[in-house]
Amino acid sequence: MSASLHTVTTLPAQRRPGCPFDPPAELLDARSHGPISRYTHPGGKPGWMITGYDLVRSVLADPRFSSRKDLMNVVDFALPPAPPGEFLLMDEPDHSRYRKPLVGKFTVRRMRLLSERIEQITADCLDAMEKAGPPTDLVTAFAKPIPTIVICEILGVPYEDRASFQEQIDTFMGGEVSDEELIAAYTATQEYLARLVAAKRANPTDDILSELTDSDLTDEELKGISLILLAAGFDTTANMLSLGTYALLRNPEQLAALRADPALTDGAVEELLRYLSVAKTFHRTALEDVELGGQVIEAGTTVVLSYHTANRDPDRFADPHTLDLHRQAAGHLAFSHGIHQCLGQQLARVEMRVAFRALLDRFPTLRLAVPAEEVALRPETADIFGVKSLPVTWDRT
Amino acid sequence: MSAPHLSVDRERCIGAGMCAMTAPEVFDQDPDEGLVLLLHTDPPAPHDTAARMAAGVCPAGAITVHDPRDDSL
Repeated sequence: MSASLHTVTTLPAQRRPGCPFDPPAELLDARSHGPISRYTHPGGKPGWMITGYDLVRSVLADPRFSSRKDLMNVVDFALPPAPPGEFLLMDEPDHSRYRKPLVGKFTVRRMRLLSERIEQITADCLDAMEKAGPPTDLVTAFAKPIPTIVICEILGVPYEDRASFQEQIDTFMGGEVSDEELIAAYTATQEYLARLVAAKRANPTDDILSELTDSDLTDEELKGISLILLAAGFDTTANMLSLGTYALLRNPEQLAALRADPALTDGAVEELLRYLSVAKTFHRTALEDVELGGQVIEAGTTVVLSYHTANRDPDRFADPHTLDLHRQAAGHLAFSHGIHQCLGQQLARVEMRVAFRALLDRFPTLRLAVPAEEVALRPETADIFGVKSLPVTWDRT
Repeated sequence: MSAPHLSVDRERCIGAGMCAMTAPEVFDQDPDEGLVLLLHTDPPAPHDTAARMAAGVCPAGAITVHDPRDDSL
């Protein structure tokens, strides 16, 4: 069996020119050979690549696979444990200790109550965009400000700090700067959040961070939690909004269907999540020997899970490379699966439902202002895939 | 098809809200902890299909469907 096993040789693999929405050809090719492939991590450590839906989902739900950063076996030196509060890179019981106090603040009901405020924020962005007139960059006018303002308001980041905050996150998640610049941006964000936590403890206001100072979490832990919420809550949604709009503009029939039927919005958001999978890959490390897809994953080996190819698995989604807003996309892995499934997913859904709808309603003639192939994409080294900018235009009424 | 009998495990629940989103007539989240609340243990049509789907998409496997058809086997 292992003789015929497929091998993935490079990560990040590059997308094919002209196909920005499809997973890199090498990963699609791997999936066509089977759900699991051999793979060597960039640091030289042997590992595995999982590209099939069922297998990715089963690993995510399997406690024999760890999310711990210090167990990740990808480079030839030991990685440090995740800083306090950064629960995405922890296992139970540490993960739950941090996640539990947050869960009640991100329920479906609470996020829906936020709709009105999100509609107002969106309307303000669209007002400014309309006033400035075409053309504009949809990333800076729309995709970034909406989730930034929302997550900053929820967490309690003062208005005047938002711009610099957004810039730092851009720097350390954009995948385009030197290690020195990346560390500098990360450190600056950490220092900013430390000051913010201290300020909330001294003078609590009406936000999640202030509420959390009332728990038994230390300042260091609150800093880590804030970093996760801000980074995850902003970069992901921002890229879904911009890349999602780009995908709609390149699929005019789907765009027309969505314009014509507002009831299609919820399903359209799920399909865009599936189709685009902006959070492309995650890692898990085997805590013991585990048999997976006919292979034995040895204890201590780190596997790469390809969410994007899993969400394009033809065994799970018919005609997977077609953007079909009428499809039943429920069960997609864009928000992951298992105990780490996205805490902010209901917030992300409300933001996308409101923002896409408002954008299409406000600008019935919205279109790309440059040839489609000239839209600048984020490099594959970015944590979250997307466009760097999206020049759009429309007819003035 | 008879109505499925449902049970939930709040110890396993991680509060992702997939159940409350998928089958709002059957599941909710408590406002403080955000954990699953089962509103109907035996949801009748037309909510039984959504309830089954909610069990299927629950990321933590916190919802169990006890199907009468299986019990008779």
